[in-house]
Amino acid sequence: MLDSGHLIARKRAIHPVALHPPYKSTVARAPQSALLSMDSTATEEYGPVFGHELLGPLDNNLILNFSRDQTPAIGERILVHGRVLDQNSRPIVGALIEIWQANAGGRYRHVHDTYFAPLDTNFGGCGRTKTDADGAYEFMTIRPGAYPWPNGGNDWRPMHIHFSIFGHAFGQRLISQMYFQGDPLIDLCPIAATIKDRSQLDRLIAPLDMSRAKPLDHLAYRFDIVLRGRAQTRFENRPEGM
Amino acid sequence: MARIRPTLTETPSQTAGPYVHIGCIPSFAGLTGVYPQDLGLSQIESGAGGEKITIRGSVFDGTGACLRDAMLESWQADAGGLFAGQPGADPKISGFCRFAPDAETGEFTLSTIKPGPVAHQGGFQAPHIALWIVARGINTGLQTRIYFADEDNSADPLLTRIQPQARVQTLIAKVTGQSEYRFDIRLQGDAETVFLDI
Repeated sequence: MLDSGHLIARKRAIHPVALHPPYKSTVARAPQSALLSMDSTATEEYGPVFGHELLGPLDNNLILNFSRDQTPAIGERILVHGRVLDQNSRPIVGALIEIWQANAGGRYRHVHDTYFAPLDTNFGGCGRTKTDADGAYEFMTIRPGAYPWPNGGNDWRPMHIHFSIFGHAFGQRLISQMYFQGDPLIDLCPIAATIKDRSQLDRLIAPLDMSRAKPLDHLAYRFDIVLRGRAQTRFENRPEGM
Repeated sequence: MARIRPTLTETPSQTAGPYVHIGCIPSFAGLTGVYPQDLGLSQIESGAGGEKITIRGSVFDGTGACLRDAMLESWQADAGGLFAGQPGADPKISGFCRFAPDAETGEFTLSTIKPGPVAHQGGFQAPHIALWIVARGINTGLQTRIYFADEDNSADPLLTRIQPQARVQTLIAKVTGQSEYRFDIRLQGDAETVFLDI
């Protein structure tokens, strides 16, 4: 194991609150007792290892990875890219990123989604990749549509892509959502509002990145991700003799 | 030695939502044909050392209803107490599993190897499996641990920190048969499971 040392404690104030009644599902699913804190142990400091052989050639191309005959998915073609760093600003090499999203009409390919916007025959909605030696990743996809959900009387999710990220330690595990610059639904969304510090929510809003747009082909959005870092090993916690 | 000062803030979490399976367990969402198989389907290859065990349970919300849209991940040491990536770890165990409650019964099943005690600061952590739970309505993934009723848990550094001590029982899987255990998770209310910030 290259890295060592305890994981830096999570700053809970930057994360969403557990109970946010306007997001109704949190009411019965938010724990009421305080979380139990302690220094990370080997359990949290090691994590699953996924080899590159896991990845197929189209795994990070959602425009084509579900198509049976190379017909591209319908929608606004976009490149989503960025880097995965730890809190010490070091790139996390080989981080596994999985994403999922609705199609251009806001419909998910899931047995439980019954929204009447149609499925796209050539769009599945999942992708995965691993970061390179610079911590960089990229996905080709179509921009997901907004969709209504049964929460308030007229609630709509902003356009978003779900991200699941594995660093090198199980204690770094993170799932979040990427939003799109300029989407007016972000300010109305009870899920986005679970993050109380607006400057932290803003970090989930990916800016348009014309430097990576390809003329006559696709636009681009940039989304950088930070996972927990490690503190320097504390000598007083080392066993005698080490 | 220079002290490393953290300069960046972790990316904030958001709920995994009700369709987490599309990205993490596609076949559970009815989505096939993108990957050869779901990630984390099984962590045991034949020849893995240790006792094969089965843990069953459900995740209950504050009203007593069980979650049918959750996604769980487990992470554990091998029978010798070593994690994948540590020298000498059993190459037949990845240590990682992903699973979801059954859509009909709301019950999950984790088939694995009983982990060994893990070395910790000159002593040991009692055998345990780390769990991470995400779902609609859970804004930040919940961390907890499964310990075993038929192990000596008396000196475990995490369990001994829990106050009141009666809450320790929420982290102990009950023996229900030969190599079979039950571990229910209660998100909220009476007998709420202890969740961790580590």
